[in-house]
Amino acid sequence: MFKTLLACGTAGVALFLGATSAFAQTEINWWHSMGGELGERLNAIAEDFNASQDLYSVVPSYRGEYEESMVNTIAAFRAGEQPHLVQIYEVGTGTMMAAQGAVYPVYQLMEEHGNDFDPSAYLPVVTGYYSDTEGNMLSMPFNSSTPILYYNKDAFEAAGLDPETPPATWEELAEFSQTIIDADAASCGFSMGYAATWVGLENFSALHNQPFGTLENGFGGLDAEFSFNGETQARFWDDLKTWADAGIFMYGGPAGGPDSAPAFYSGDCAMYMNSSGSRAGVMANSDFEVGFGMLPVYGDVDGAPQNSIIGGATLWVLSGHEDAEYEGVAAFFDYLSSAEVQAEWHQGTGYLPITQAAYELSQEQGYYEENPGADIAIEQINLNAPTENSKGLRFGNFPQVRIVLDEELQAVLAGEKTGQEALDSAVERGNQILRDFQAANS
Amino acid sequence: MQTKRSIFTNRWLPYLLLGPQLAITLIFFIWPASQAVKSSFEREDPFGFRTTFIWLDNYTRILSDPSYLNALGRTAVFAVSVTLLSMGFALLLAVCVDRVLRTQRFYTTLLVWPYAVAPVVAGVLWWFMFNPTIGLLPHILDWFGMDWNHRVSGTQAMILITIAAAWKQISYNFLFFLAGLQSIPASLSEAASIDGAGPFKRFWTIVFPLLSPTTFFLLIININYVMFETFGVIDATTSGGPNQATMTLVYKVYTDGVIGLNIGSSSAQSVLLMGIVIVLTFIQFRYVERRVNY
Repeated sequence: MFKTLLACGTAGVALFLGATSAFAQTEINWWHSMGGELGERLNAIAEDFNASQDLYSVVPSYRGEYEESMVNTIAAFRAGEQPHLVQIYEVGTGTMMAAQGAVYPVYQLMEEHGNDFDPSAYLPVVTGYYSDTEGNMLSMPFNSSTPILYYNKDAFEAAGLDPETPPATWEELAEFSQTIIDADAASCGFSMGYAATWVGLENFSALHNQPFGTLENGFGGLDAEFSFNGETQARFWDDLKTWADAGIFMYGGPAGGPDSAPAFYSGDCAMYMNSSGSRAGVMANSDFEVGFGMLPVYGDVDGAPQNSIIGGATLWVLSGHEDAEYEGVAAFFDYLSSAEVQAEWHQGTGYLPITQAAYELSQEQGYYEENPGADIAIEQINLNAPTENSKGLRFGNFPQVRIVLDEELQAVLAGEKTGQEALDSAVERGNQILRDFQAANS
Repeated sequence: MQTKRSIFTNRWLPYLLLGPQLAITLIFFIWPASQAVKSSFEREDPFGFRTTFIWLDNYTRILSDPSYLNALGRTAVFAVSVTLLSMGFALLLAVCVDRVLRTQRFYTTLLVWPYAVAPVVAGVLWWFMFNPTIGLLPHILDWFGMDWNHRVSGTQAMILITIAAAWKQISYNFLFFLAGLQSIPASLSEAASIDGAGPFKRFWTIVFPLLSPTTFFLLIININYVMFETFGVIDATTSGGPNQATMTLVYKVYTDGVIGLNIGSSSAQSVLLMGIVIVLTFIQFRYVERRVNY
């Protein structure tokens, strides 16, 4: 009996030792929120990196939607089980930046463990969003996007409009919509995701060069206040109400507007605004010809269009791991920054090419000629040099503020408030949330 | 009268037998609940680096916040309507099935199905049916000149989650009501019917009072269900909108705590919610149970 046990024990130890020597590579855990097709493309990046060298092994794991993986990461950090790398959406940037003990800033990581990493290879509109006031890059750009206009060319043709000319202004958009509805080419003019937030307020403000908050839209410090209740924004929300009543605009629900995309795919709405990262989905789901345009602006506002701002996510490095593991993270970032990897990711997903080299490579490969409209997002984001109002937003607790904005727009659409009243109340409620964040982080 | 007290010869055996249950209660209820109470007095950044003890600030903030009081009122309306709807329908169905002798099993199986559906799946199902863009029901309502858009109309959103939440619970209530009905001796009804009592009279004077233990049990279960478990249905159909029209207390705990990462306020809200449910259950046992005949 004792002999058998001993034999088993020895075999077990041998097996264990064998197993460890076979997996001597340093493991790097990467938590992300890319499901479905996007997830497969992300896994392919990790596999290719693992195959390219034998020191490190990047292990991606899906942790739910952006909100969920952020919460999971925070919970994991509090339990001391945090991954090395995590994909955090741009809305969470303010919260991550303030978490100074939890985050290992990318610029510092690359200085200490990388070899000649060049942050200027990345597009300034992207790095600007994720850098501190001294211009140090805090997180690694990965999947960035910006909202664009998709339109149904068949419906445009049926209504006697030029299918090659998308509306450039909101005035035109309303007019085109009315023509389309009158001609019975579609039952609604347009719909959009993030109607109260990313598209209908954040990018709207940037494109019209209107401030969203004080202190350079929050880049300057935690004591910033919201100021998105300007006349132009209020006018837009009032117009949305008028257009909704006239059947020109269809509200697709809060956050990403779950009902918006189906309304466009089914041909009910002739135009649709959402992330450039939705491109693959739009192409796969619509059986009409799709045109691409920039987001409209008001024709009578000076300086519009300025430039749009990004959304999407970046990779944050969490503190509390071994130096050897951070070497691996730095090696992976070097790999990720290469033009080939970036160009392939950009072309496969519709996200922006986030390095200049990837953009140029895609041009050389003839990608934009084969896929007209695929570069409209890049053009729109680079329209002008970003101003204080159009380089991005950075506020703590911003996910909570977005909920408030959704609620206030709903009140406008239900006829309970005017655009100005709703935005004033959103500023007041939002500032309270900012003060809470400030109190908790200082 | 039979005594409930058992005699154990070994002093430690009763404690040993109670052990597992006590351990589970401690680990899964008492410990997390005390954590919630603790963090409801604190203000903390999401990562937990800086924690400040702020006494009752979280509570005073919540109780003076119109949106919380709003959620309180909505939860009350929601709880009452879901409980009434689901118990009423379940009782009706149970009475109907109880009268059928041969195909009873078939109907029972059919009626229990919804209970096997996960709350979120049920929510998505209703989301599809009532979807203003692609749903079937808004399309049908349109024929009758009714404009359905629960994305904008708070009343419609409330109707939607009430129906969806009640539908989910009908099966459960039905099973208990059916079991209750079948345990009532047929002789009582037969005797009443010989005395000339009609079906409605028999139901209200004999069957329903004898069902009261079941009804009482279901009342408590249903209130708890509405308070805590309707989260999935709301998340999948309306996400608390439009403009907080379907923001119930439990959903607000989630939005403030998980999405908003405001742990202190969220903890304080869950402590209040726990208090409300404890008080409700106490009232039910203290006052409603007196009218129950076992």
